Amino acid sequence: MQLKLLKMMIRIRSLEERIASEYSSQAMRCPTHLSIGQEAAAAGVGLALSKTDVAVSSHRGHGHYIGKGGDLKRMMAEIYGKATGCSMGRGGSMHLIDREVGFEGTTAIVGNSIPVGVGLALALQAQKRKNISVVFLGDGAIEEGAFYESANFAAVRNLPVLFVCENNLYSVYSPLSVRQPRNRKIYQMVQAMGVKSIITDGNNVEDVYMSVSKAKAEILKNKKPMFIEMPTYRWREHCGPNFDNHIGYRDEKEFLKWQKKDPIKIFTNKLLSNKKVSQLQLDKIYLAVEKEIDEAFNFAKNSPFPKLNLSSSTIFAK
Amino acid sequence: MKKKRIIPFSKAINEALHSSMSKDKNVILYGLGVDDPMEIFGTTKGLAKKYGNDRVFDVPTSENAITGVGIGAAIGGLIPVMTHQRLDFFLLAMDQLVNAAAKWYFMFGEQRPIPITIRLIIGRGWGQGPTHSQNLQSWFAHIPGLKVVMPSTPEDAKGLLLASIADKNPVVFLEHRWLHNLKGHVEKKAVSIPLGKASILRKGKDITLVTMSYATIEAIHAADYLKEYFDITCEIVDLRTVSPVDYKTVFRSISKTKKVLVLDTGMKNCSISSEIISRITEKFWGKIDHKPEQLALPDFPEGTSPALTKNYHVSAEDIIKRVLDMNDIKSKHKISLERQFPHDVPGDWFTGPF
Repeated sequence: MQLKLLKMMIRIRSLEERIASEYSSQAMRCPTHLSIGQEAAAAGVGLALSKTDVAVSSHRGHGHYIGKGGDLKRMMAEIYGKATGCSMGRGGSMHLIDREVGFEGTTAIVGNSIPVGVGLALALQAQKRKNISVVFLGDGAIEEGAFYESANFAAVRNLPVLFVCENNLYSVYSPLSVRQPRNRKIYQMVQAMGVKSIITDGNNVEDVYMSVSKAKAEILKNKKPMFIEMPTYRWREHCGPNFDNHIGYRDEKEFLKWQKKDPIKIFTNKLLSNKKVSQLQLDKIYLAVEKEIDEAFNFAKNSPFPKLNLSSSTIFAK
Repeated sequence: MKKKRIIPFSKAINEALHSSMSKDKNVILYGLGVDDPMEIFGTTKGLAKKYGNDRVFDVPTSENAITGVGIGAAIGGLIPVMTHQRLDFFLLAMDQLVNAAAKWYFMFGEQRPIPITIRLIIGRGWGQGPTHSQNLQSWFAHIPGLKVVMPSTPEDAKGLLLASIADKNPVVFLEHRWLHNLKGHVEKKAVSIPLGKASILRKGKDITLVTMSYATIEAIHAADYLKEYFDITCEIVDLRTVSPVDYKTVFRSISKTKKVLVLDTGMKNCSISSEIISRITEKFWGKIDHKPEQLALPDFPEGTSPALTKNYHVSAEDIIKRVLDMNDIKSKHKISLERQFPHDVPGDWFTGPF
């Protein structure tokens, strides 16, 4: 599992770095929110789940889609606005879906997918399935009414849902200090709402994997929802491919502090020093990942654009 | 002749719910008070007892989340029917309705239909006031991906609700509170009525009245009066679904009568009736005998006091006067329909509070 976790983080990081490096070519014409620096949560959660567990996420959802096993080619084609994209080019970077692996969608309005994920849990409960629904959200979404309403509903109906909150300290450019009271911990507040809550290091992929595995078992056993806060940090700008430490809403010092906690670097060094992975194996992983990414980008670039279709069949199912 | 089976509108709704729930075990029904002693004005009677708390349940006062929960449940294979006792409260759920329910099928490349039915009840009079009486059908109709249904008769209420629940798409089902006690013929068996098809409630040759929901009732009274006292026959086209509008039926009627008056239960500005007038104008410019006209609410909120609702709504008298004007008939006698009850209630049965 350790190698799988490492490889998954590398896939997410490498794909997003490729997006960043090619973004300026103006061929990916949609707002794109990169999660570079936050890969541990996406990889650890995704690999702790089975294909039949379901998940929804937010605007910053590339990692969650990939972590859950989403198809890279269809993801890139979607970002390139192509007919072969996972949403036929209608959704772009912020609307990724891969039903085959239980990834039911990312949506762009903050907090929007939270109740949808809770509804998926309602269906799992009604069908008596041994699966959970995972809702990925950020610290900004905690401030939305939809979160309180949804967490309350999940608690009162005892739904098999796991809320995963990546706290990356910023909502766009607004720091936590202007958005939530000092000294109030997100996970403690949610605990007080009647949803069992824990906090785990969002940059430690093994911690994430272990806590989510345990949480899943506990949710299914106790038939109650859970919440995990994962402190982490977004390295690049809110939306777009660049670093933005110079524009003045956060300082370089803070960024460097978090960069030292790079989830991939830390985990790679650990595995190297424990001899769980050799440099040769590592090189092979990076090579395989680069090849997979090349293929995804080529598929996307070579795919046709969708045609504008204004018939009602595009908005209504028959 | 076989004796007709006469039941109230609220029972027709109730029958459609019973029928849908017994036919498909995936149908669930929830909303504030669906299993309380008032049973949503009788419309949810007996459902909680019969189908249990897993399928019929009360919820927290969280309009936005429970709408999203319905969307997620629909993706997961359930068929949710959600109920709000007043439309106005549902305004808290606009993000889930507009950004999620209406968009999901389109935005995720036609992979996940959202079969959810949202029952919203529209209040009127008896002090319902500014925030318990809004007819916001045009808001919903403006959003691609939503179907908007407004039944007028008990038979249509049952048939259209059956079709709405069976539909694979989000349907906003608007029940006018003044119709709940309206009685009419309804088949005992489940007869689904297709969405998007208007019905001709009265055949006529002199003028087309395009109607919806409670406005249909006033139109029927007006049509009867006009026939009896002026020998004017009105063709009443009851839209039944206000999005999509059945323009084919509307246009066919106007081609025959060459005159049209469109009625709306909502305010005029950006209304369903204004939209229909616009399309009629585009199609029939210069080809009909009179400019198309409409009667809708003033662009002004409904006040709470009974004194403020007296001349606020569109009445049968207003319709009669407008039709006479459109036919250049100057009536000598005062047009007044007999009413045995105050102006701000639909009948003796309604004694408040909501």
